[in-house]
Amino acid sequence: MAVSVATSARRLVVAVPYLWLLLFFLAPFVIVLRMALSDAATALPPYAPHFEGLSTIGSFLSQLDLENFSLITDDPLYWQSYLYSLRIAALTTLIALGIGYPLAYAMAAASRRWQGLLLVLVILPFWTSFLIRVYAWIGILRPEGLLDMVLGGLGLAGEPLRLLNTETAVLIGMVYSYLPFMVLPLFTTLEKLDRSLLEAAADLGSTPLTAFLTVTLPLSLPGILAGCALVFIPAVGEFVIPDLLGGPDTVMIGKVLWNEFFSNRDWPLASAVAIVLLIVLVLPLVLLQRARLARGGAA
Amino acid sequence: MRKSSPGSVRRAFQPWNDPAAKPLVEFRGVTRRFGAVTAVGDLSLSLYPREFFALLGPSGCGKTTLMRMLAGFERPDAGEILLDGVDITAVPPHLRPVNMMFQSYALFPHLNVADNVAYGLKREGLPRVEIARRVEEMLALVKLEGLGRRRPDQLSGGQRQRVALARALAKKPKLLLLDEPMAALDRKLREATQFELMDLQSELGMTFMVVTHDQDEAMTMADRMAVMDHGKLVQIGPPDVIYEAPANRHVAEFVGDINLFEGRVAAIEGDLVKVETSFAGTIELDEEAPALGVGEPVLVGLRPEKIDLGHDEPIGVANKVAGEIWDIGYLGDFTMIQVMIGGEDGQLLKVALANRTRRIARPFAWEDKVWLSWDIEAGLVLRP
Amino acid sequence: MRRLGPGLVLVLVAGFAFLYLPILALIAYSFNASRLVTVWGGFSTHWYGALMANQPLLDAAWLSVRLGLVSATFATVLGTLAALALVRHGRFVGRTLFSGMVLAPLVMPEVVTGLSLLLLFVAVDAERGFWTVTIAHATFSLGFACIVVQSRLAGFDRSLEEAAQDLGATPLVTFATVTLPLIWPAVAAAWMLAFTLSLDDLVIASFTTGPGATTLPMRLYSAVKLGVSPEINAACTIMIGAVALAVIAASLLLKREQVAGS
Repeated sequence: MAVSVATSARRLVVAVPYLWLLLFFLAPFVIVLRMALSDAATALPPYAPHFEGLSTIGSFLSQLDLENFSLITDDPLYWQSYLYSLRIAALTTLIALGIGYPLAYAMAAASRRWQGLLLVLVILPFWTSFLIRVYAWIGILRPEGLLDMVLGGLGLAGEPLRLLNTETAVLIGMVYSYLPFMVLPLFTTLEKLDRSLLEAAADLGSTPLTAFLTVTLPLSLPGILAGCALVFIPAVGEFVIPDLLGGPDTVMIGKVLWNEFFSNRDWPLASAVAIVLLIVLVLPLVLLQRARLARGGAA
Repeated sequence: MRKSSPGSVRRAFQPWNDPAAKPLVEFRGVTRRFGAVTAVGDLSLSLYPREFFALLGPSGCGKTTLMRMLAGFERPDAGEILLDGVDITAVPPHLRPVNMMFQSYALFPHLNVADNVAYGLKREGLPRVEIARRVEEMLALVKLEGLGRRRPDQLSGGQRQRVALARALAKKPKLLLLDEPMAALDRKLREATQFELMDLQSELGMTFMVVTHDQDEAMTMADRMAVMDHGKLVQIGPPDVIYEAPANRHVAEFVGDINLFEGRVAAIEGDLVKVETSFAGTIELDEEAPALGVGEPVLVGLRPEKIDLGHDEPIGVANKVAGEIWDIGYLGDFTMIQVMIGGEDGQLLKVALANRTRRIARPFAWEDKVWLSWDIEAGLVLRP
Repeated sequence: MRRLGPGLVLVLVAGFAFLYLPILALIAYSFNASRLVTVWGGFSTHWYGALMANQPLLDAAWLSVRLGLVSATFATVLGTLAALALVRHGRFVGRTLFSGMVLAPLVMPEVVTGLSLLLLFVAVDAERGFWTVTIAHATFSLGFACIVVQSRLAGFDRSLEEAAQDLGATPLVTFATVTLPLIWPAVAAAWMLAFTLSLDDLVIASFTTGPGATTLPMRLYSAVKLGVSPEINAACTIMIGAVALAVIAASLLLKREQVAGS
């Protein structure tokens, strides 16, 4: 009796989240795919689906409409914004790594008592709203904003910098928002690093610099990879930062999707953009995972 | 009576030799596989009430799987397990009158000592007063009075072990399983605890089954022990029988140290067997009713402490061989000397000498030419 | 105690200045009497008063809080179940699909998650509003909650549960008396994470909401689009203060538990 209750409880543990995800994750995903293969229509919902139900898969396949996808590849707006998103995400990742590594290294080198506080200080901004953090930079970067004021006060800049609505502003906002994602995994790997390894390296004749290059850096590689993935992935699809800090020429793909959906009301095209965005994101992830598995298999 | 097991009559308690005795636990043809690996293969075993049983084997031999099947955490793929004559193969762990002391102790970190001990009693739905009384009784039994309100992480390793023991004993199980009970204790504490555990077992009249990879622990505590290897029981018997009359080469080498000579049976004269070896000449040994044929290849096993060592050739002994000392290892209570017999490419033998006097200058030195000798009752014959 | 070299101290100071100066400036200017950011017009709490009179903003805040409470609870329950399924159930049919679905929202761009859920709600003709956003938030924060609980479960000593069963606890009683109390800090952390994610989300809510259900980030976003104003600074300051209080309270609670535990 008790056994059968336990067994059904065990089944529920899997079944409940499973059903939820099938319903609210997989089903929507299938709908997006279907939508991407539909024609835009003016009626609300603004699309004319190409097939109804699974029984018509045959007829569906025969009249597959790749029009939206060909539009994406033909119109330079789309593929340019994809490339631009990748570029911004890559730059963000590199800059965040450049700032985050020394920061994480210094945190790991600090005494235990300080480490706890520093860790909280890195995590704390994450708990404050994303919008707030971006908004703070608008106040700083806008013409006659804080930055201009400070630089003017120091006599360093004669005229306003006009940073807001530029690529620089987007990069600053991105790096600022995603820096904790870079610092946290780096700190975790650096903090775990066995100090006696560095002592051993010194004992065997390494200078601090060569010890860093030959011991610390290779051993922190997993942290570097994790941090880069955590920054790069959300950065590609980012919408809010380029929208608020960027200008007309900083068109990232997340914003294109938003505009297609909300402004142009072209749901099928927005869906196609979403599918391509996923492919762009998932491919490098799969490759990364493959590489990791291959390394694990060799080790 | 077997001559080769002189100690087996020492204890009167040996229900395993009594055909009328009813076993408490019976494994009948039990098999458990993990994928392609057979952890326990077609194994049968009986444990008797009030017995202190030790399961000895190297890690990965299946001894833990065997214990976990008894506790109910693993289900056999074939065979059945009986407790008090009742088939418990399909009974879930929480309904079995068997309790276990875990290797990690598995003390609940969020409960204090008293609540840990009370945990099993609460599951039985005993009245509050009764639970409190039993908890006190158990804490007194393991000498932890007054520590009931401590948290597990506020205790020393030895105290934690006692809490784990008290918790497992609180439900008065028919059978107590102990998984590597001493593994986390240091050596001194381990020895003291072994004897305490034995006292406790005879005082409570319970059946204990200990799983361990430590032969000293098994031999000290157990009435009977089983040596396990690759999912099979290789030999079951009292510790002295296992040591003095190992069933095969594996047991001989696993339990204690042993020198092995390869040879052939040269002659059989009644109980006297003569074995022709390449490095030690002809070894004579006393073997009751040897089921051996002349010319058969055999191994002669000889424990290091059963060899005598001297500078002069001994006279009037059955077995002797000359050699040279290669290494001396001083271990405090005894000295382990390695002697090479049969020249440079011969065989290294281990000889254990008890250090009976406080003498810094020892009688033997490196490269000494020495004679080894032993009695006809010292060696044993094993099939290769 | 180790002492840091001056270089590393400089790195720490510069790094944390970069992280905190913008927020501090934002807070400072919420107390500016002047509407102009360039001019410091003296200390004033005028904008906080104005905020209290901004009924649409207050409504949005209240909606966001309710949304966060409900969706975080859903996400935590589902995420904990998913973590149990992944850590404890070994193999089951469709395990790969399951773990993929749990973890996918973590790497999925918000615009894609939002769009796909909206299309679902349109397809089944669901009335969009509080509940559609709740479902959307629970779905995307489920994965985060699952990871938090999963890491705790992975470090969990299985013999504790076996000990409980050995002492006569049924699997359900074992879960209630041993597993749950021990993973509780992770469950609480998962809830807080899910709550914050919900409170913070602009994109997914924008896609899945309907008329009459405007969340705080949506209100703030449209206000920010119009330009910088001290009133927004004041709203942000209150939110930052609430978060800081929550974090301090949580760490104090944690410390007390550690003291009791050690």
